[in-house]
Amino acid sequence: MSKKRSPIKRRAVREAVAANLERRHRRDRRLRRMGLAAIVIGLGFLAFMFVSIAVLGYGAFRQTHIRLEVNFEKAELAPDGKVDKKALAQADYQRLVKRALRERFPQVRKHRLKRQLYHLVSSGAGYRLRDLVLAHPRWVGSRRKVWLPADDDVDVWFKHHGAGARLTKAQQEWLASLQERGEMRTFFNSDFFRNGDSREPEQAGILGALVGSFYTLLVTLGLSLPLGIAAAIYLEEFAPKNRWTDFIEVNINNLAAVPSIVFGLLGLAVFLDFFGMPRSSPLVGGLVLTLMTLPTLIIAGRAALKSVPPSIREAALGLGASRMQAVFHHVLPLAMPGMLTGTIIGMAQALGETAPLLMIGMVAFIVDVPHGVLDPATVLPVQIYLWADSPERAFLEKTAAAILVLLAFLVLMNLAAIWLRRKFERRW
Amino acid sequence: MKKTLTATAFAALLTASAVNAGTRDYIYIVGSSTVYPFATVVAEHFGRSTRFKTPKIESTGSGGGLKLFCQGVGVQHPDITNASRRIKKSEYDRCKANGVTAITEIKIGYDGIALANSNKAPRFELSRKDLFLALAKEVPDPKAPDSGRLVPNPYERWSDVNPNLPPYKIEVLGPPPTSGTRDAFTELAMEGGCKQFGWIEALKKKDKKRFKAICEGIREDGHYIEAGENDNLIVQKLVANPKALGIFGYSYLEQNEDKLHGSKVDGVAPEFELIANGKYPLSRPLFFYVKKAHVGKIPGIREYIAEFTSEKAWGDEGYLVDKGLIPMPKEEREHYAEVARKLSPLKF
Repeated sequence: MSKKRSPIKRRAVREAVAANLERRHRRDRRLRRMGLAAIVIGLGFLAFMFVSIAVLGYGAFRQTHIRLEVNFEKAELAPDGKVDKKALAQADYQRLVKRALRERFPQVRKHRLKRQLYHLVSSGAGYRLRDLVLAHPRWVGSRRKVWLPADDDVDVWFKHHGAGARLTKAQQEWLASLQERGEMRTFFNSDFFRNGDSREPEQAGILGALVGSFYTLLVTLGLSLPLGIAAAIYLEEFAPKNRWTDFIEVNINNLAAVPSIVFGLLGLAVFLDFFGMPRSSPLVGGLVLTLMTLPTLIIAGRAALKSVPPSIREAALGLGASRMQAVFHHVLPLAMPGMLTGTIIGMAQALGETAPLLMIGMVAFIVDVPHGVLDPATVLPVQIYLWADSPERAFLEKTAAAILVLLAFLVLMNLAAIWLRRKFERRW
Repeated sequence: MKKTLTATAFAALLTASAVNAGTRDYIYIVGSSTVYPFATVVAEHFGRSTRFKTPKIESTGSGGGLKLFCQGVGVQHPDITNASRRIKKSEYDRCKANGVTAITEIKIGYDGIALANSNKAPRFELSRKDLFLALAKEVPDPKAPDSGRLVPNPYERWSDVNPNLPPYKIEVLGPPPTSGTRDAFTELAMEGGCKQFGWIEALKKKDKKRFKAICEGIREDGHYIEAGENDNLIVQKLVANPKALGIFGYSYLEQNEDKLHGSKVDGVAPEFELIANGKYPLSRPLFFYVKKAHVGKIPGIREYIAEFTSEKAWGDEGYLVDKGLIPMPKEEREHYAEVARKLSPLKF
């Protein structure tokens, strides 16, 4: 029956297909275009974000300096005649800066104008002079031209060619005169990478936050990697499959989805209030972030263990290896790249976290660079948050620059994850 | 590698249990986000010019700071708390119950609350009554203001409130209720304006709760926009929308005077001298509180207070003034410097 009608049916099918074909191809093209558009839009947003932050932040890597001729007078630096380290460390260098400014602009006489004049140079210029003199004690008693960091308002004025600055007319005239004689230029801002936080934008740096982030991640890594791997191995290789292990598995998956601020509250209640650990320390920060990243690590670790073919396990057991030997000699080395990738991604997540640290006092003004896991510290994202909230205009570019540094670290960590995977990955 | 990692983990746990009995060699300060910019500058100068470590300062808000401060005596508790209002009786009692009996109160100066808009639009000239009528949740019935009847705020434009004001839509960007600036704004501006209705003023004695509810309720129909704690964000939004008005601390107005101008309130502009001499109505005192039991135990507290109360910090030409603090008159400064030297305890 079908044989008889088949030529007609075949033709009908062919016609139907031909009629539909154009429409199906159109749909196909549309889907592909939509997919492409989605990617282009996504990349566009990403590029927009990167470019706008980079444009805003690149200025922070350079700092305006003013050249002044400073008289390192002996009577001023060592009033009792002894030129030793102690006397030199305690001298009033800001006075030398002020005198140099007065000598450069002798026409300024009124007290009010003098105050404006002193504001051209950073209030940290004295500390710069102190460091210079301590490094070159022979300078005492000589006159020397030195480049000193300018005030943040001057910095904004110079970088934006006079736009949007809060300088008086007199100040702008002095600056124009300095500029004309080449006594003002920008240098690479090494203070940004050498200093801790400061309320003076031109002296603020991210070293404190970087070191804080380093210690915090060290604690997180040191705790979460062994714990995560141990938990993953037990659950995957040894645990019996029963209601209890199912319950544990569901809980781990749920923990991975808990908002991070909750871990901060937990840290406050347990580590600070109950155990009495020091507030604002990288130790507590690392413990809290360990709680946060542990579920991610366990899930990634189990997935990596699962992807090792059972034949390897069985072959090892067949040759007489114990369960532990099979796991540690054969399965774990093969699963390690996957586990490390999971770890690095977990660490990158921890590096960008602020919310849980708010609760344990790591959102604080800390100038001194921490020297250990018990010293008070902040971390990079917290530093960004604090600077974004500061009234001084010059902090705008510092904020963007700190974001650039954070992004650079995140990109590096993700690249490391990709590299590890490429290098060690094995396919079966 | 795994062995070293496990070792680190154990070392970390061991140190954790050892720190319980630790000491602290830096000053620990908490409190108001309004005082934070000033306290941090003092801390930095202090850290650089003395042999002590730079204090650690957390910005927790005035209420949060006093709560931490009053939790007890010991290295894990803060030594100093900053506040943009006076300590309350209830907080003082709480302190006392936890063994924090001797507290020294030091006033450091004033902070002005500025209302400002973009300088592309004309400057507002407001009265506190205008502000109350424009922003309150419920206002006295416009048809019969003295009848004691309240209606939900009907005003849409500034010119509805006061014919002398521009016909712009009422749009005010301000801080959320968790902010100390908001507390001060409701207390100084809204209450100040609402008291100008005789019958509401009379309520204050009879029914304080109702008085507070009328005066401090801010409308929630989109005319008052909560712009978050970040004052820089408010500045950006004001530049984008010249007809909107923003509420923030005076230091932000000072930093952005090329973009914004401050509105006159009751005929007085938010300018340095006018806030300092008390003519500008929206200004509030700032304080910090010292735990006397920690002085001598934690190194540097006395010296930090001396730095804060020195003329080079809070004087008329001190570095705090550069950061936007409005200094107290000379006699008041001398009084509080004396209190700081003697650490005279606060009495309620």
